[in-house]
Amino acid sequence: MERIKAMLRSFGLPRLIIAGFLLLLFIIAPFVGIRVGASITDTLARFGMNSLMVLAMVPMIHSGCGLNFGLPLGIISGLLGATLSIETGVTGPLSFLLAILYSTPFAIILGWGYGKLLNRVKGSEMMIATYVGFSSVAFMSIMWLILPYSSPTMVWGYSGNGLRTTISTDGFYSHVLKDFLQINIGTISISLGEILFFAIFAFIIWAFLHTKTGTAMTAVGSNPVFARASGINVDKQRTLSVVMSTWLGAVGILCYQQGYGFIQLYQGPMYMAMPAVSAILIGGATVNKASITNVIIGTILYQGIVTMTPSVMNNLIHTDMSEVLRIIVSNGMILYALTRKSGASR
Amino acid sequence: MQNVSKEYNGNPVLKDVNFKLGQGEVLGLVGENGAGKSTLMNILFGMDVIQQTGGYGGKVLIDGKEAKFASPLDALKAGIGMVHQEFSLLPGFTAAENILLNREPENKSVLSLVFGPRANTIDRKTLQKQAIEAITKLGVSLDPDMLVSEMPVGHKQFTEISREISKSAIRLLVLDEPTAVLSEKEAEMLLKAIKNLSAQGVSVIFITHRLQEILDVCDKVIVMRDGRIINELEAEKTSIQEMARLMVGREVGTGRIENRESRPLSDKVVLSVENLWVDMPGETVRNVNLEVHQGEFLGIGGLAGQGKIGIPNGIMGLYPAGGTVKLNGQPIPLNNPRTCLSSSLAFVSEDRRGVGLLLDESLEWNVAFPAMQIQDKFLKKYLGGAIKWRDQKAIEEVTQKYIDQLQIKCTSSKQKAKELSGGNQQKICLAKSFALEPKLLFVSEPTRGIDIGAKALVLKALREYNREYGVTIVMISSELEELRQCCDRIAIVTDGAISGILPATTPSEDFGILMVGKTKKEAK
Repeated sequence: MERIKAMLRSFGLPRLIIAGFLLLLFIIAPFVGIRVGASITDTLARFGMNSLMVLAMVPMIHSGCGLNFGLPLGIISGLLGATLSIETGVTGPLSFLLAILYSTPFAIILGWGYGKLLNRVKGSEMMIATYVGFSSVAFMSIMWLILPYSSPTMVWGYSGNGLRTTISTDGFYSHVLKDFLQINIGTISISLGEILFFAIFAFIIWAFLHTKTGTAMTAVGSNPVFARASGINVDKQRTLSVVMSTWLGAVGILCYQQGYGFIQLYQGPMYMAMPAVSAILIGGATVNKASITNVIIGTILYQGIVTMTPSVMNNLIHTDMSEVLRIIVSNGMILYALTRKSGASR
Repeated sequence: MQNVSKEYNGNPVLKDVNFKLGQGEVLGLVGENGAGKSTLMNILFGMDVIQQTGGYGGKVLIDGKEAKFASPLDALKAGIGMVHQEFSLLPGFTAAENILLNREPENKSVLSLVFGPRANTIDRKTLQKQAIEAITKLGVSLDPDMLVSEMPVGHKQFTEISREISKSAIRLLVLDEPTAVLSEKEAEMLLKAIKNLSAQGVSVIFITHRLQEILDVCDKVIVMRDGRIINELEAEKTSIQEMARLMVGREVGTGRIENRESRPLSDKVVLSVENLWVDMPGETVRNVNLEVHQGEFLGIGGLAGQGKIGIPNGIMGLYPAGGTVKLNGQPIPLNNPRTCLSSSLAFVSEDRRGVGLLLDESLEWNVAFPAMQIQDKFLKKYLGGAIKWRDQKAIEEVTQKYIDQLQIKCTSSKQKAKELSGGNQQKICLAKSFALEPKLLFVSEPTRGIDIGAKALVLKALREYNREYGVTIVMISSELEELRQCCDRIAIVTDGAISGILPATTPSEDFGILMVGKTKKEAK
C-alpha cells in the first residue's frame, strides 16, 4: 500500500486525473459514434504541431527562469521568418528551411534582450515574461501593418500593403512535414515526418543537457548561489537558456503552421503560451524541473483532451462544452503548478 | 530550571541544565556561540521553535510550581519578559506608543457601543503617563514622544526594555545581548538601569559577550559550553580570565592537545591578504592583514558577527570585497569566484544548504560539478573538444571514492543531497572541494550543526588532507577547541580585524581574552 501511494505521488495526482479522463473519453467515443482511429490520428497530428513549442519550455525551466510565458516573443521571431521566406517567393520544402533560417537571427536578438531583461527581475520572471509576451504581440500588430511586405499572397488585397491576419502556407511549406513519411494503419494515419522532426530537436536538447554547459545550466536553475560559488556566470547561462527557448518557440510555430496550413498574425501569438505551459505541467514538470519525457507525455495528454472533448462531449450532451473544459484544464493546471512552486525547494 | 534538556533532530544541544534564580537577582549567562544559551532562553519563554522540534525535557519551576508555556503569550502572563537582540519596534510610532503597543489604555466612545471594543479610542493621556512610569522605573532618560525611527540605537533598546517592564506582572526579564549594539556610554546607562530593576525586585537574566559587564552588574554568573552548565560563579569572586577560560575550553592540558606535535612552519607565504574589507551582512570585515604559510593549517576564530566568516567569503568573491589578496605573490582579482577557483583555491561554505549544495540533485552532481566546470574533469570530448559530454562513469567513480573515504552514509551515489543528514551533507561539501584538488582550501564552520561523531570524522579528514597531501588549509570556526585540535596557528578576529595570531598550543584563556577584545594587560 505504501509503495502504491509513493508511486501515485511520484506520478502526480493531476496527471492521473487527466490521463484517466482521457482514457474515459476514448472508451465512451465508440458508443457515441466517433471513430477512435480518427481521434488518435487527430491527437498525433496535434502532437506533431505543438510538441516543439512545449519543448521550448525546457531550457528556461532548467536555468531557473521559470515557465516561458514569453513564448509569443519566440513565435514572433518565427512569424518574421515565415513572412520573409514567403516574401522571397521560394516555394516547396525549401521555403520551410528558409523560414527557419530567417527566424534564427530574430530569435537570437530578441531572446538575448529578453534574457537580459529577465536577469534584472530575478524572482518574478514569470510575471514579467507574461507582459513581455503580451506587449510584443501588441507592438508587432502595428508592425505587421507598417512593414513593407509586398508579396501578393500576404498583403491585403484592396490596399496592397499591410499583412493579412491569416496567410495560407499553401504552395509554400504547407504539410511539408505532415505528408513526409506518412504511414497508414487501418483508420489511423501517423505522420512520421513531424514526429521525427520533434525527435531530432528533443535529442539535441537532451544531448545539450548532458554536456558541460548543459550541466551548468541545470545547476544554475537548481541553486544559483551554488553555481556562482562554483565559478559559473549565472546571468550568461540564463541568457543562453532564454535564447534557446525563444529559438525553439520560433521553430515550433513554423512546425505548427506547416501542419495547420496557415500563418496567424496579429493577435494569433497572444495566447499560444498557455497551452504549451499547461502541457508541460500536465507532463509532470514543475516550475524548476522538466525533462523530455514530461514534454512528450504532457503534449499527448493535453492535445488528447483538446481533440477528444469537443467531439465526445458534443455528441454526448449536445452542447458545446469543449472550450470551457479546455480553459479549465489549461488554466487550472497552471494555477496548480504555481501553487506548488513554494513547496518545491529552490 | 531543573534537568532541562533539548534535542534538535537528534543532536542534543542542552544537557541537564540546572539553575536557580532568586527574586531581584541578576544572573549573567555567558558562553560561546552554540553553547545553548539561546535555546535555554527559548524554552523559558515558550517559543514556538521548541514545540515544533519536539518539546524539551526537564522542568521549569516558577515560585516552586511547574510552568509549561505553550506560547510566548503564556510566558508573558507569568511575568517573563524578553528583549531580543533584534529590535521589534514600529519605526513610525513614538516611544510611548511602542511601549504600550496592543495594551493601550482605552476610552469608550459612541462607536464602540455599536462596533464593540474594537472601536474604542486610545486614551492618550494615560498612555503617556504609563509610558513615563515605565521609563522612570527603568531609570533612564527617554523622550516618550520621540519617533522610534529617529532614535539612536541605545534609545531603541531602552524602549524595548521599557515595554517589557511596563507589563504589570513583570518579574523576570531576559536580556539577550542588549549591549552588543550600544556605545560604551549607553551600555553604562543600561547597566545602571539593570541594577535599578533588580533593586525593585525584578530578576534579570543577562546574556552578553562582554565579560566586564557581567562583573559590573551581575550577582551570579553561569558559564555554558556544549549545552551544559560548566560552572556557576559568584560574580564578585571571579575574573574575566577565569570566565574566558571556562567559556572556551576544557582545562588546559587534558588529552591530545598537549601531545600535539608543533610543526615548524614553512617560511614560504602562499597567501597574503592586505587591507581586506568585505561587505557581508552581519559579518563585516573591516581591515584584515594576514599571511598564510605553505602547508600550514591556519585557524580563524572569534565570536559571531565579528567578521571571521566574511574573510573567506570575500576572498572567494561571494560578497563584495576590496583590498589586495596575493596567491604565491600573484595578485588575484576579487569579486570573481571563477578566477579564485582556477588558481587552485577552494572554499567549503558555512552555508551548506544555501551555497554548498545542489539539494535537488544527486550526490554525483554535487561532488563532480565544480571540478567539471573549472577544470574540465569528468568530461568526454568529441569533435576535437567542441562537444564536452558528461562522463557518467568517471563521475560515479569519483563520488564512490569519496563516499568510501569519508564514510558518507547514503543509499547510493544517486541519492539526492537534501536527503542526507547534516553531517553527511558536510562531507559531500568537503568531497566537492577535494575533487578540485586545491592547493589552498578555505573551510568555514565545517562542524556547525552536526553531531559529535560526524564532527570528529570531518576534522580528521581535514587534518589528513593537510598532513598527507600538503594542502594548505584555512579553517574558520566558532569552536576554539576544534581549532586548537587541528591548527598550527590560530588567528582571532574581533571587530572586522585580526586582533592577534597565536600558536595553537597557547592556553585557551589567552584566546578567550583576544575574543572579547581585550589585550592581556587590560584583563589583568
